[in-house]
This record gives sequence, C-alpha cells and structure tokens, in this order.
Amino acid sequence: MKFAIALFAPPHAPSSRRALRFAQAALAGGHEIVRLFFYQDGVHSAASNPVCPQDELDLSAEWREFVREQGLDAVVCIAAALRRGVLDAQEAARHQRTAVNLQAPWELSGLGQLHEATQLADRLICFGGP
Amino acid sequence: MPQSLLIISRQAPWAGPSAREALDIALAGGAFDLPLAMLFLDDGVFQLLPGQQPATVQQKDLTANLQALPMFGVEALYVAERSLQERGLQAHPLNLQAQVLDDSALTALLDRYDQVITL
Repeated sequence: MKFAIALFAPPHAPSSRRALRFAQAALAGGHEIVRLFFYQDGVHSAASNPVCPQDELDLSAEWREFVREQGLDAVVCIAAALRRGVLDAQEAARHQRTAVNLQAPWELSGLGQLHEATQLADRLICFGGP
Repeated sequence: MPQSLLIISRQAPWAGPSAREALDIALAGGAFDLPLAMLFLDDGVFQLLPGQQPATVQQKDLTANLQALPMFGVEALYVAERSLQERGLQAHPLNLQAQVLDDSALTALLDRYDQVITL
C-alpha cells in the first residue's frame, strides 16, 4: 500500500514518535511512503537545532537519519515553517535572518505537495494536531 | 478518479494558527480543482460567527478568506449541528453558506470522503 504521512506535532510530542514508528513499520512491512509532509508544529520535528540529553531520545536526529537512509520525499510546509522560525539557508538569506535550522534531506515547499501526496497515496495518515 | 479530501476545522478562530492553517489547506487544494469539502466541528463553528473583532486581539479576520472558499472551488461546506447546539448557537446567523448536519449526516459525510485531515 502507498502511504502519505502528515505530521502536525513537534518532536517532544508523542505523535511525532508515533509517526516515525509508523513510517518505519510501513516500510518494514513492504509498503511505500510517497511523501512525508510536516505541517503546523510538525515543522519543528524537521528542524535541526533541538539538543537532547544523551540518555534521551533525539527524535529530530532519528527523523533525519530515517529520511536520509530511506531516501524519502520529505517536505516541510514553507508557510508553516516561516511562521515558526524554521528556515533553510535560502529562506534565512531571503528574510535576513541569522539562523538556519533546516537542511537536507528536508525540503521546504507549499501545501500543493500535501494535496499531490494525498492523490498519489492509497491512504493519508495524519499524526498530531490540536 | 481523484481522491476526495474532507478537511475538519475544530479550533476557534483566535485559539492559535489552526483555523487559518486548516483553511489554507482548503484554499490550496481548490486551486488544483480537487474534490474537497470543509467541515466546521467543535469550536471550529466559532469561525463562522458574524461580528468578529480580530483587531482587539491584534489578529487578521478570517471571514473574507472563508467566504472566498466557493471562489476557490471549495463549495462543499458543512457545519455540525451538535457543535452549534452545545454552544447555544443553533439559531445564530452564520457568515458562511454551510449545510448544517446532524449526527447521522456527519457519519455519512465521513464515509463519503476518501481522506480526512483534522486540525
């Protein structure tokens, strides 16, 4: 089955961990992930700046490694990210901000990517939300 | 056949960015001519009340954007009757031409759509 996965929760929220475990299980079960789409506070789950104590789960790092190892299409909503201070180098330069906290494998793009993923997938699975 | 998507908006307009971000999904999808619907549920029904005073909380009014939904191709607009009743709003005028659905109609609506996003 083809899954699109949307995440609306930051890395410290249980939903972010559940989304990652679901995604891992989906691939392990032979399914396909057409796209990860991070929206609302989910953009923080893609940001590179969280620093975790060594004996705690570093979910941002786990997401990053998972996306990179699996070569997944991983999109962060640009409007939601800008509003929350999650910027890649290009956006930081465009808006004259000093901090860059989003890098590859993540890509900033628009909500059209969520709709496209929904069309390409058999199921859209959402995690988190208000 | 394109997959149909129901967007459920559950947050009051000034409770954070959720109302706007749910609306943005609908407006973006309308541009692609996709079969979309929007349902206002729970505190989301507060978005539809006239007489919003966003300036008092230094916010922008969502009403014009909500009313633009049909122009963006999102004409299937619904509001949950129970959510209105629970808030004493069943007889209140609403700012949007939306169909009021009772519980069984809500169930049928959820069944009818391929995908659902709740914000």
